[in-house]
Amino acid sequence: MKRDSHRWKWILVSPALLVLILAASGPLLIVAVYSFLSPGNMGGVAWDFSTDAWFRVFFKRDIFEPENVTLNADHLAVFQRTIWLSLQTTVICAALGFPTAWFIATRPANRRMIWLFLITVPFWTNLLIRTFAIQEMIRNTGTLNTALLWLGVIGEPIEMMYTDFAVLLGMSYVFLPLMVLPLYAAMDKLDFRLVEAGYDLYASRFQVLRHVILPLVKPGFIAGSILVFIPSIGAYVTPRVLGGGRSMMMGNLIGLQFGQGRNWPLGSALAMVLLVIVVVALVFYLRITTRETGGRDGQS
Amino acid sequence: MASREFNVRALPGFGAVAIFTLVMLYLPIIILVIFSFNESQSQSAWGGFSLKWYVAAFNNSQVIDVSIRSLWLALMAAGIATVLATLAALATTRVGRFPGQTMIYALINQPLMVPEIVTGIALLIFVAFLKVQTGYAGMGYMVAAHTAFCIPFAYLPIRARLETMDLTLERAAADLYATPVQAFTYVTLPLLVPGIVAGFMLGFVVSLDTVVITEFVKSAGQDTLPTYMLGQLRRSVTPEMNAIATLFLALSLVVVSLFFLITRKRG
Amino acid sequence: MKRHLTLGLAALLATSGLVHAEGVVNLYNWGNYTSPELLEKFEAETGIKVNVTDYDSNDTALARIRQGGHGFDIVVPSNSYTQTWINEGLVVPLDKSIVTNHGNIAPEWVDVDFDPGREYSVPWQWGTTGVIVNTSVFKGDINDAGIIFNPPDELKGKINVIPEMSDVMAIAIYYAGGEACTMDMDVMRKVRDMLVSAKAHWKALDYGTVDAHAAGDFSAGIYWNGATMRARLQNEDLAYGYPTTGYPIWMDSAMVLADAQNTENAMTFINFILEPENAAMISNFARYANGVTGSEEFMDEVMRNAPEIVAAPELMAAGRFSPACSQEVNDLQSQIWTEVLQ
Repeated sequence: MKRDSHRWKWILVSPALLVLILAASGPLLIVAVYSFLSPGNMGGVAWDFSTDAWFRVFFKRDIFEPENVTLNADHLAVFQRTIWLSLQTTVICAALGFPTAWFIATRPANRRMIWLFLITVPFWTNLLIRTFAIQEMIRNTGTLNTALLWLGVIGEPIEMMYTDFAVLLGMSYVFLPLMVLPLYAAMDKLDFRLVEAGYDLYASRFQVLRHVILPLVKPGFIAGSILVFIPSIGAYVTPRVLGGGRSMMMGNLIGLQFGQGRNWPLGSALAMVLLVIVVVALVFYLRITTRETGGRDGQS
Repeated sequence: MASREFNVRALPGFGAVAIFTLVMLYLPIIILVIFSFNESQSQSAWGGFSLKWYVAAFNNSQVIDVSIRSLWLALMAAGIATVLATLAALATTRVGRFPGQTMIYALINQPLMVPEIVTGIALLIFVAFLKVQTGYAGMGYMVAAHTAFCIPFAYLPIRARLETMDLTLERAAADLYATPVQAFTYVTLPLLVPGIVAGFMLGFVVSLDTVVITEFVKSAGQDTLPTYMLGQLRRSVTPEMNAIATLFLALSLVVVSLFFLITRKRG
Repeated sequence: MKRHLTLGLAALLATSGLVHAEGVVNLYNWGNYTSPELLEKFEAETGIKVNVTDYDSNDTALARIRQGGHGFDIVVPSNSYTQTWINEGLVVPLDKSIVTNHGNIAPEWVDVDFDPGREYSVPWQWGTTGVIVNTSVFKGDINDAGIIFNPPDELKGKINVIPEMSDVMAIAIYYAGGEACTMDMDVMRKVRDMLVSAKAHWKALDYGTVDAHAAGDFSAGIYWNGATMRARLQNEDLAYGYPTTGYPIWMDSAMVLADAQNTENAMTFINFILEPENAAMISNFARYANGVTGSEEFMDEVMRNAPEIVAAPELMAAGRFSPACSQEVNDLQSQIWTEVLQ
């Protein structure tokens, strides 16, 4: 009987798995293979085994002095910028998302749906459109600068486009709802009697926040952080449009190798590195949540 | 003890931040919408009210073409993904540990976690190989790629719904001598509908949104709205883009409203 | 509206599986480079519908076609890539029995080094890459690549350079005193150092910046002449500079793909664009010059005397047609370029 039900599970799950393996996971293996090949003429690959791509991920051989090998500072700068910008994005989303989620969760029950509706609508707008909208807002002749100039607050337009700041703004804007929703879900289930109890014990608002509310909504917090951090690391469109080719993140660096860099093996190797970073972040997350829920994830 | 007019739910400053955030979320979009009605081509100087960009968008056969294709693709991908995800969710939720569980979760959630650029280039290589081998260059690849991408988005809400469902109802059905199939059809499935609807809608929107994967998999004449817009963004941008964006925003509003109406009815 | 919906549905059905549909040709071209009017006229005259798909770089186009199974019939690569296309057998010779207008190709563009005698390709548009400057910000001599590689203070941090390797490398190499496709390591090292240090003063490396230049987001940059014209028409302060040390002349040419499904229709289209009137349509839209004799009389007023197209003889003389370089040179340039970009 047990084996029968196992078989049924597999039958039910297999169509989904089939599609996923064919159109998502399987092709990843190809990327891994490509990372060990040589670059082809004007792009593409030549089927000659080579570890040069992996070497170039971490090290740099000076073009004019091939004996001069150093750590690839350019790549490292891109890795670092990627992780740093993603962390900052997560923090911003948390700082803005937490109050927002709390606000929605504390509205009267019949109004809550409307607020949720309001918060998700921007999310349902096309990513390109949203990024484009930000660009139009922050460019030198954009709305923000025009308004500030008109108000007399500034004399010259503030240069906001094509900077790390623009990318940060864009990413926070795009990923904010992803932080709010899980936080809200956790706060929705919050037992306010516990909060009330805290106040009854003469705790200040801050203490209640810190010692009662935060620990209780932690799972939502962690879920939101992961939902923001991981897509941030892999961001491609937003840094491309708002960073103007200067603030390259890993996604852009990888894309470059498949374009004018004409080094597909290097691009594949970098993609593998990105994947590893994501997996590490994910494992980290899983370990924290398992610890939080006391390891009772037989059901999760 | 004097009665306290104390709101345990209020936290100082949070309301202000929340409102501020909501306003900031909408500001760029509102500006976008406003300037779609701009008489002049500028995105910052108002030249008067005009519907000419909407007219231009509707007369632009390429825009119509890609929009229809995007919608068709989203419906197909979300539809198939929802069905597959429902089956998968039923199989993997509310059951004890079983062998291969972690691998299944990893596979199902993989599109969520792997950066789109990586999947995109992997598909570029793989699909191109298939195109040459089989000679088939139709929309099948796009549908497959989008479906795979949508599955985790459909899976999560269905699973969440399944987990919070009250098992006693199904047990009651069994007590009333309902067969497993009957119990499923008349009890489980109806209760599951909000989750399925949520999954479908999430998948629909996600498919509509994907740029990178579509960009790498598409063949001749298979542009979707996002890839078309990406192409336009590289050149000159006219308020026609704003008009298109506004139209799609309106569409999203309709879809999201439907979603909320349906889920509210079901409680 | 209904007509367009039907058209849209028809196009959808046509492309979803019936790639061999009668009366269709699939054009794979640079974004925003094909006049919609032209396509309508073509369809009205021949009944053949043209589907246009955009690409944003020569590399993308080449990669896509190499992989196969793309469904395109015509592609329009730049001159520096054309030879690769021909050598790899990705394109077929023109069918002169259909392309009867072959003689319309302007004599100076017939025997080009990437396709002598034009057996495979016909000109689509050609142009130059030079310097775009906002003259209200910079008052000096604009015919100088030094503005970009060694920017004066008022331009620092306000420069955009199109990330088009062949164009930027060409200007840089000429500025450093080298010849096109040079393997002279001293020159290349100078180029590398110059680009790397200049990049610190660049604001962005982006395409699609017509509006940005016009709006003042940038004050100078390296840009194509046609795009500069579009920007100038929006903002009169903008001007196009021809670097006296040398600048590249490029040409995009249309070719028929070897695995095209609608070869005959493709040849018909190629023949169509060799009519002076139609070539002028492309020019009026994209704002570049074409390579067809007799098209001048059909071009817009604005194009006839535009400084981006017609300039003083000494300036025109400094332009050098950018040849296709050997694989070795390409590799070297790619490596330098990647280093600069990251």
